[in-house]
Amino acid sequence: MTRLLLGLLVALAPLGAETIVIQNANVMTVTKGTFKGSIVITDGKIVEAGEKVTVPEGAIKIDAANQYVIPGIIDCHSHIAIDGGVNEGSVSDSSMVNIRDVLDPEDIAIYRALAGGVTTANILHGSANPIGGCTLPIKLRWGKDAQEMIFKGATPGIKFALGENPKSAGNPQGGRGGGTVQARYPATRMGVEDVIRESFNEAKAYKAEWDDYNAKVARGEHGLIPPRTDLRLEPLKEVLEGKRYVHAHCYRADEILMLLRIADDYGFKIRTLQHALEGYKVADEIAAHGAGASTFSDWWSYKVEAFDAIPYNAAMMVKRGIVVSVNSDDAELMRHLNTEAAKAMKYGGLTENEALSLVTINPAKQLGIDNRVGSIEPGKDADLVIYDKDPMSDYAKVQKVLIDGTVYFDRDTDVSNRAAKAAEKQKLLEKERQNQPRGGRGARGGQGGQAL
Amino acid sequence: MAQSPEAVAIVNAKIVTVSGPTIARGTVVVRNGLIEAVGENVTVPSDAWVVAGEGLTVYPGLIDPLSTVGIAGAAVATTGTGRGGRGAAVATGAPAAQAAPVERARGPEDRPATTSWLLAADELQPTDRRIETVRSAGFTTTATFPTRGIFAGQGSLIDLVSGEKSGDMVVVPSLGQYISLSRGGGFGGGFPSALMGVIAYIRQIYLDAAHYQLVKDAYARDPRGMERPVYDRALEGVLASKRILFPANRLVEMDRMLRFAAELKQPVILYGAREAYRPEAVELLKKAGAPVLLSMRWPEAPRDANPDDTDSLRVLEQRDKAPSAPGLLEKAGVHFALYTDGLEQPRDIQRAVKKAIDAGLSRADAVRALTLSPAEIYGVADRMGSIDKGKIANLLVTRGEIFDDRTSIQMIFVDGRNYTPAAESTGGGRGMMATEPGGNR
Repeated sequence: MTRLLLGLLVALAPLGAETIVIQNANVMTVTKGTFKGSIVITDGKIVEAGEKVTVPEGAIKIDAANQYVIPGIIDCHSHIAIDGGVNEGSVSDSSMVNIRDVLDPEDIAIYRALAGGVTTANILHGSANPIGGCTLPIKLRWGKDAQEMIFKGATPGIKFALGENPKSAGNPQGGRGGGTVQARYPATRMGVEDVIRESFNEAKAYKAEWDDYNAKVARGEHGLIPPRTDLRLEPLKEVLEGKRYVHAHCYRADEILMLLRIADDYGFKIRTLQHALEGYKVADEIAAHGAGASTFSDWWSYKVEAFDAIPYNAAMMVKRGIVVSVNSDDAELMRHLNTEAAKAMKYGGLTENEALSLVTINPAKQLGIDNRVGSIEPGKDADLVIYDKDPMSDYAKVQKVLIDGTVYFDRDTDVSNRAAKAAEKQKLLEKERQNQPRGGRGARGGQGGQAL
Repeated sequence: MAQSPEAVAIVNAKIVTVSGPTIARGTVVVRNGLIEAVGENVTVPSDAWVVAGEGLTVYPGLIDPLSTVGIAGAAVATTGTGRGGRGAAVATGAPAAQAAPVERARGPEDRPATTSWLLAADELQPTDRRIETVRSAGFTTTATFPTRGIFAGQGSLIDLVSGEKSGDMVVVPSLGQYISLSRGGGFGGGFPSALMGVIAYIRQIYLDAAHYQLVKDAYARDPRGMERPVYDRALEGVLASKRILFPANRLVEMDRMLRFAAELKQPVILYGAREAYRPEAVELLKKAGAPVLLSMRWPEAPRDANPDDTDSLRVLEQRDKAPSAPGLLEKAGVHFALYTDGLEQPRDIQRAVKKAIDAGLSRADAVRALTLSPAEIYGVADRMGSIDKGKIANLLVTRGEIFDDRTSIQMIFVDGRNYTPAAESTGGGRGMMATEPGGNR
């Protein structure tokens, strides 16, 4: 039914070369100021945005009078749309696994996040091990298949994790398993560091082996047997080559510094520090490394390493020159990232535009996709959210969400379809009840069973 | 129990050849385990034991394209796309040859849940009681697979003759590799513990197999000065498999596994296919051109569920529409066959097929999906799957139309040997009966 509904939606939505104009809206571009005006979309791209625009003939018009348009929200840390487990927690380094392989485009959380204004999400492996799996950003093109969800052209990532999660995930008894429990290394923060360093030692040797082989081939040597492809070391080799971003789960200031030192030692960059609840303590060091920080607005104290979190974290890091985003890490929280961002106005005094940046242009920068999304500018993808009120308000409700110029969520359509869906469900339940053999289901022997 | 005269002629019977038009009144001659002749005007050999076929219908013996029958104590083949069983690492009651490392796997290099070298033909136990059970439901042939673990092993096509040497049963020793996405583990429980871990493992195995082949070939050409390649039976088993069976129930899984098989460059058969009724799935399967084995275990509402909990619309729709998949796939021209998925009792099998017929599959297509189609999928249509001269004499003789609830199976020929169906173990009910139905009209 969702499919049916979607088919309808997509059918109604403008296709291909058609032009759409969103008119009379309060346009919050994030990078080019806020104004009352219009946005022109052609071929899924924004071609013009301003107080006065040229409206091509035959353009489909969406009237957004008294409404607000912002760039699609980007969640830099999400675990939705994953099939069959978020963690490959059995090993300390699971870089051989890839979220790309297990995307579930039919996870209802996608639609719900979409209804909360999210258009792009960085789908991450969990934090059970120091080096987790490969990750990637997706666009929430609900109704499309897994391949069509992938944010084409975006640099893929890999998840790292520090602290309590990786050290306790495989160690139900805190590493003191003895004979009864098969403990998984590591059980301490020292061990976490060791795992990462060990893996990069291997990755460097692996890279050297391949570089050597490729050099020989380039010199024209024949009959060589290439080195074995190791799916665990491939992504780490890509990290060393700058072709894959590191998104590292971390909390404490000391472990953040530890990780930055590892990166410096091995010559790669940490792209984002995820959570980084103590980021405010080492903001200058993070800024110097060039890492981004993706944090919670005000979620803390759920474990010891989250005791020193403060709601001013995001604002303080912004003011020290770090590219900061606010993420969800959660399917529910993901549905109101606009208000999560707004909290940085109360705690830390960010401007409305700075706050909005935390869930739009900043995460786009962190994911290296700011040339495509994150603001309303000509040339960018038409990923847009229309709210009925100022999106920094608790009362704002998403009206429409567009990705690449296609409407993927429409509040009116959704609401008006609910009755039909409920009726359809009722019908199926009724049918099932009638087909039930009398005397309950279990009547397998056929005595009094239904006629076939 | 098997009576095997020199030759048998079933005369004046209706013959559903499947490969050609149905013969309203004709004769089938069986000799030396093969079909010697079939047609309207066939001369009955003088030495033949004649069966009066008036009122009887002859069908090709049914073929179950995915089964564990013949491997005693084997787990029922499941689509295994979810968490199920620890796989080979802790397999219990498995044949001794399946003994795999009990140590927790630390990565792909430990070859977790892998017994790819196992060949069903080598594990056959002619004493498996299920041989008689499913034969009594009309099955003369099963594609029997080892099903424990990720790379469980290679299936064999077997004819369900009983009480003989296991070698007599084997029609084709290796049909391909049965792959499941089963995982156990979890935190501290060994690799792989998540679906993405299983997929990564499968990918690594095929990369390793290609590399292994390369090194072995180089060594075979000139071993001098070259380190000896390390023998790896896991890779040997994979290299020996000419096709793979991948599980896929949901549309998302079909899409995923078809893409994965293409990436691995392996000919693939999908099994499960619960959501094959969805238009997108039909379209996808048609485009991919890969054969599909549809489970006959249609989804049902959980027994004894809390009546206040209602399932989602998606789940309700799945239960309502799943049996319509065979009819839809047939119309779309997708190459598919039905498999019993652990259903063994004649009555259960009859009911499952009947559900598909009621949901739009023609009876003729239902027969085909259990005879010629599975034979084609495994490339053995030249020797079984239809009633044609020269093919193996696997036949099913019924009174009444197959898959009807009052139909009874009279005789079963496997390799030309005649078996009388056993009475159902849980008698009393209706269904395609192995014995005469007891009244009720």
